Amino acid sequence: MNSTPETMVEMRGVELMFSDKAVLDGVNFSVRAEEVLVIMGMSGSGKSTLLSLLMGLLEPNKGSIFFKKENLTQLSRAELNAVRMQIGMVYQNAALLSSLTVQQNIALPLEELSDKSREEIDTLVDQKLEMVGLKDIRNKLPSELSGGMQKRVGLARALAMDPKLVLFDEPSAGLDPINSKLIDDLIIRLRTEQKVTSIVVTHEMDNAFAVATRMAFLDGGKIVFDGTPEEFRHSRLPIIISFLSSFSNHRKSTP
Amino acid sequence: MSDDASLNQEGAAEPEEISFIGRVGSLAISALQEIGCLVWMIKETGAEVRDRVMRGRSPIRLEQLFYQCDRVGVGSVPMVILLSLFIGLTMAMLTGYQLEIFGIVTLVPGVVSVSFTREMAPLFTGIVLASRVGAAYTAELGAMTAGGEVDAIEGMGIGALRYLVAPRFLAIFLMTPCLSMVSVISGICGAAFISSILLHLSYGYFYDQVVKYLLMKDVLAGGMKSLLFGGIIGVIACYKGLAVQGGAVGVGTATTSSVVTAICAVIACDSISNILIVTFFP
Repeated sequence: MNSTPETMVEMRGVELMFSDKAVLDGVNFSVRAEEVLVIMGMSGSGKSTLLSLLMGLLEPNKGSIFFKKENLTQLSRAELNAVRMQIGMVYQNAALLSSLTVQQNIALPLEELSDKSREEIDTLVDQKLEMVGLKDIRNKLPSELSGGMQKRVGLARALAMDPKLVLFDEPSAGLDPINSKLIDDLIIRLRTEQKVTSIVVTHEMDNAFAVATRMAFLDGGKIVFDGTPEEFRHSRLPIIISFLSSFSNHRKSTP
Repeated sequence: MSDDASLNQEGAAEPEEISFIGRVGSLAISALQEIGCLVWMIKETGAEVRDRVMRGRSPIRLEQLFYQCDRVGVGSVPMVILLSLFIGLTMAMLTGYQLEIFGIVTLVPGVVSVSFTREMAPLFTGIVLASRVGAAYTAELGAMTAGGEVDAIEGMGIGALRYLVAPRFLAIFLMTPCLSMVSVISGICGAAFISSILLHLSYGYFYDQVVKYLLMKDVLAGGMKSLLFGGIIGVIACYKGLAVQGGAVGVGTATTSSVVTAICAVIACDSISNILIVTFFP
């Protein structure tokens, strides 16, 4: 059974156990092409795990995960690698290869997976770095960069192969407001200009409302809310009311 | 002893026996799981390499392979030469003193060269590489696993096993026989040096005897064993690195475990291959 053509990603009844603990307990959702779905939830609710499942880095105990028409749970490693080439992921800790320079990190997927020449790769690396607002750091090692800069290099690497789907794991965490807005604008531009679909996992409400075309809330291993940002704002679910009120209280208490 | 006392004793002995059997069982299960994971890693690395070749692309970047060969091979040469020189020297001296009792000290060159080529050089090279290179592989891959770098490589669709394991494995697999030959030459040089001083065997005589007694089958047996040891160290070190759990402490534990496991595996395989070689190719 395949997902519908306009659906980019779909999870059906996904269950995942770590030891005896159910992290995800029947997750169902789908993301259509050119949508930006923001997934919110409490810490430890399994949001990042959900992204790992979408990348095929974890295998669910039950259920199916579709990317376009491919059921990721039934693919061989080679087939899965082919699918992964169409997906970019921005990791919470950037996950740059510490022994490679910024240039080598961004060029890595291009060198390994494309037939582009050295000059084309260099040009693309410069373009991607410019997209995330970084210049003159090509030859630096990740350890010489700040956390925010590392995250932006991670984003540039995720975009290197011009993916159809980009997964963002806490993209704004640890960034200053200016860089945080830069990332938000980039997510919006990716959708409007390059027709890229995004799934964003975040705690930052400002960023979530800025980029989302749809929002979902993960609680108790299930998606308990799935709707527009406006519907999210007016949700009567106690957990979302509590989540939103904590956020607004925090905003009020901040001088 | 009263009946009550024996009952108590029996009662106390029973759970101990179960727990011992349970411990042995769980050790056996975890050993089998580790072997299963090793086999899975080899199979999947092979599959990724094959898939890459089928798509008409080079499975390993040559610069990566050369870099690893340099680290494993060239980097280990000084340590291998130094150790082999001293071991050859000690071996010739001790063998010489024993053979002198029977008046056959002239056999020292033959004994040392054959035993060094067939046994000592592959074994000591294996132990040196397990401690020097195996530990480095495990620590490096372990740090990458703990830092999410391996997941990032896998997530890009590059194939972490092909990209990380294949060049490392190939480098140690190819370099171990080369280092083993370096070890043979150094060991024989050490033996010749001490023989000329203490046993009064000239360098020319020593050389003639080595050429006379050392056969191609000894060189082949040593070479085959070195290839096997290199492969074993590479697979164990890479697996232990990729299986790291628990951050910095996990990397340390995995590195220790990698070195211990690799050395034990090399010694065990050395014994088994000696039995097989002596039985089937005497």
